[in-house]
Amino acid sequence: MNKQSEQHPSAAPLKVSGITVAYQKKAVVENVSFTLPEGRLVALIGPNGAGKSTLLKATLGLVPSIAGEVSIYGDTYKKMRSRVGYVPQRESVDWDFPTDALDVVMMGRYGHLGWIKRPGRREKELAMSTLEKVGMADFAQRQISQLSGGQQQRVFLARALVQEADLYFMDEPFAGVDAATEKAIIALLGELKAAGKTVLVVHHDLSTVEEYFDHVLLLNKKLIAAGPTETTFTPELLHETYGGKLAIVSSNGREALVGE
Amino acid sequence: MMDFWIILTAVLVASACSILGCFLILRRMALVGDAISHAVLPGIAIAFLMSGTRDSMWMLLGATAFGLLTVFLIQTLQTSGLQSDASIGIVFTALFAVGVLLISLNAQHIDLDLDCVLFGEIAYVPWDTWTLGGADMGPRAVWMLGITLTVILLLMGLFYKQFKICAFDPAMAAACGIPVLLFHYLLMGMVSMTAVSSFESVGAILVVGMLIIPAATAYLLTNRLGVMIGLSVAAGIVSAISGYLISYLLDASIAGCIVSVAGILFILALLLSPSHGLIAKFARRREAQAA
Ligand SMILES: Nc1ncnc2c1ncn2[C@@H]1O[C@H](COP(=O)(O)OP(=O)(O)OP(=O)(O)O)[C@@H](O)[C@H]1O
Ligand SMILES: [Mg+2]
Repeated sequence: MNKQSEQHPSAAPLKVSGITVAYQKKAVVENVSFTLPEGRLVALIGPNGAGKSTLLKATLGLVPSIAGEVSIYGDTYKKMRSRVGYVPQRESVDWDFPTDALDVVMMGRYGHLGWIKRPGRREKELAMSTLEKVGMADFAQRQISQLSGGQQQRVFLARALVQEADLYFMDEPFAGVDAATEKAIIALLGELKAAGKTVLVVHHDLSTVEEYFDHVLLLNKKLIAAGPTETTFTPELLHETYGGKLAIVSSNGREALVGE
Repeated sequence: MMDFWIILTAVLVASACSILGCFLILRRMALVGDAISHAVLPGIAIAFLMSGTRDSMWMLLGATAFGLLTVFLIQTLQTSGLQSDASIGIVFTALFAVGVLLISLNAQHIDLDLDCVLFGEIAYVPWDTWTLGGADMGPRAVWMLGITLTVILLLMGLFYKQFKICAFDPAMAAACGIPVLLFHYLLMGMVSMTAVSSFESVGAILVVGMLIIPAATAYLLTNRLGVMIGLSVAAGIVSAISGYLISYLLDASIAGCIVSVAGILFILALLLSPSHGLIAKFARRREAQAA
């Protein structure tokens, strides 16, 4: 099946089978299997410490998994790397690094450049137009520590978009952003979806899951459930995911779910 | 001519250290540079004992191997749960002690002076020359440093983007397929090479100073990595040359004067930097209060 991925354009963007990850012998992600459908926005939901970031990193080979397999468009991650874009949690880098917004976005092209080639005019133009797309063109030359949290998040997003991938992993892109930035990011996700791309987003705000996402994965060390939002994002399954830590609040006659 | 060789040696040390120092401080590994520059000592001693000569190639290999071993041991201790500063402290003092032991036990076979290892004696550089087939090829230290600097310029020139992204965002780098660990050890290998090729001439302490101070100075003055490296090298070279001249006037330790000048440049940057500078900060606060 691996070699035939070219003839199987319909292979799922991401298929995870029985993946287990442990830090110092303690399993934090256990026997997780799921398949993502193409062209959907997928939310990865679970309490703090559920292993969401770890699952993303293991899928990308950034932390070793002790069991299980990952297939991306029917092939290994190594071979399909150029079709994958990753937006890490914002705290994962040093924002005091001496570089500006444009330069960070250009880093998104490094994977396409190979060993020796340096980023040139084409990369600069691509990065600039992507910064425009996320509404950050005016900040291109700004040192990254002088950007607000939401602006930094947009720069990270631009860096992933400029990779021109087909499958995106985003770790809490909405963390610490205001309503306007959240709307802007959601609009971009909509565009990605319209272009047939698949996006897996770690998401914490349960009140917006139904509005934003087509598909959900519920994780708490083990995979609790995976499927379309209507059938999977249910109070029973959420209770199972969050344990007793979840309150169900009723507002405007409609049930809303609030995490701890 | 003597002066020329000494200044050239100091400039080569300063250039090599200033480039590598930028990456060390951005990766918050300044102390690892310190550790490596001490822990290469047993490598040098062993190379001495095995080859029986002061042959530079052996020393470079032995010391670089020990430099990498240092980095590996520090990481192993860290991943087993020890704090990073404690790991660094344990590894480099233990290795340095082994080096001191090896040298003192074999004092009659090794003509290495321990004072010289720590503080160096750049003034002796012109006399320790390398002869090839009877011809005098110039000071050995200049050759070793020249080779080291060439390797650094070559690797940095070819793989600048990899070193940069590995320093800024190693997770992203790994996701892009860049072998982060390889570039980590390449950087550490270059630091080891620099440490060993400069230790005899300028000593372990000056190497640490030149690794950290010019890079920290440059960090205060710019928001671009390329510019930071350029400024760092400039600060290093200025320290080297004016440090030498001052030591001549004062008749004081050359290495001491060079690092002192580097320290003065750092203090100037700390006061005067437009963005990080204390004076600029003070002025901004006054302005804010006035408003
Ligand atoms: N480098 C590490 N070493 C040891 N344990 C770790 C490491 N990183 C994470 N863990 C542990 O693994 C578990 C899962 O962490 P992970 O970061 O994947 O959770 P998460 O679901 O992303 O949480 P959050 O919502 O807070 O981001 C946690 O219990 C955490 O303490
Ligand atoms: Mg997380």
